[in-house]
Amino acid sequence: MRTQTAPTRRRFLRLAGHAAAIGALPLVVRVRPVEATPETMAAAIRAVVGGAVVQTGKVKLDIPPLVENGNSVPMVVSIASPMTAKDYVKSIHVFNEKNPQPNLGNFYLGPRAGRAQVSTRVRLADSQKITAIARLSDGSFWSVTAEVVVTLAACTEEVI
Amino acid sequence: MTTALINVPKKAKRGDVIEIKTLMSHIMETGYRHTTSGQIVPRDIITSFACRYNGEEIFRADLFPATAANPFISFFTVATESGKFDFEWIGDNGFSETAAASIIVE
Repeated sequence: MRTQTAPTRRRFLRLAGHAAAIGALPLVVRVRPVEATPETMAAAIRAVVGGAVVQTGKVKLDIPPLVENGNSVPMVVSIASPMTAKDYVKSIHVFNEKNPQPNLGNFYLGPRAGRAQVSTRVRLADSQKITAIARLSDGSFWSVTAEVVVTLAACTEEVI
Repeated sequence: MTTALINVPKKAKRGDVIEIKTLMSHIMETGYRHTTSGQIVPRDIITSFACRYNGEEIFRADLFPATAANPFISFFTVATESGKFDFEWIGDNGFSETAAASIIVE
């Protein structure tokens, strides 16, 4: 059972509007889910960390708390790590709750990076939680979660 | 015409941590949009990015439809020796682009 009815209703109204505009089209409501859910995000995280415990801390996720345009959101992930041959960040994985796919990006670095920091720009389809997880060379996982409010969503369902 | 923008310092001291900024022009079509007739616009994204420093891979990224158009990625590395950075982007529909930048380490 979906807990959120708003997107379905919105989609229904949009489809109904199109059908009315075109006139002769039969009204078909497709209920293909086009958003990831916290469950699919959890599954995507499990696929990366396996059964390991993910601890909170060490990771810093720099993303604007209020985003006007979800089509291009700057994001910086950094980890407090000495980045030596013995103690470094192996990879950084960023996940989201409500885009059609739960992944925002995977980044693989090594001790030669010198600084464990990655910047990129992402699309966000809705206001949601973003989680960044870092895999360290000792096999531990560290994470941080940030809330982002998006006023103009990325056009995942836009009709062009 | 695809173009890549690369920003690597021309010179660095040995042991310096330097930032490398990259931008590749690409539509990054998500595959989740559809036309007025209901047709899904097929996915066309860059799926993978890699950077090699004198032949050795120092950074790699998996990209997703959630990466904004014209993917911008920046990361760091330690300047160890003079030489060349090779960048490679690979994506849907046979997309494959490379770029290079050189650095002098003193």
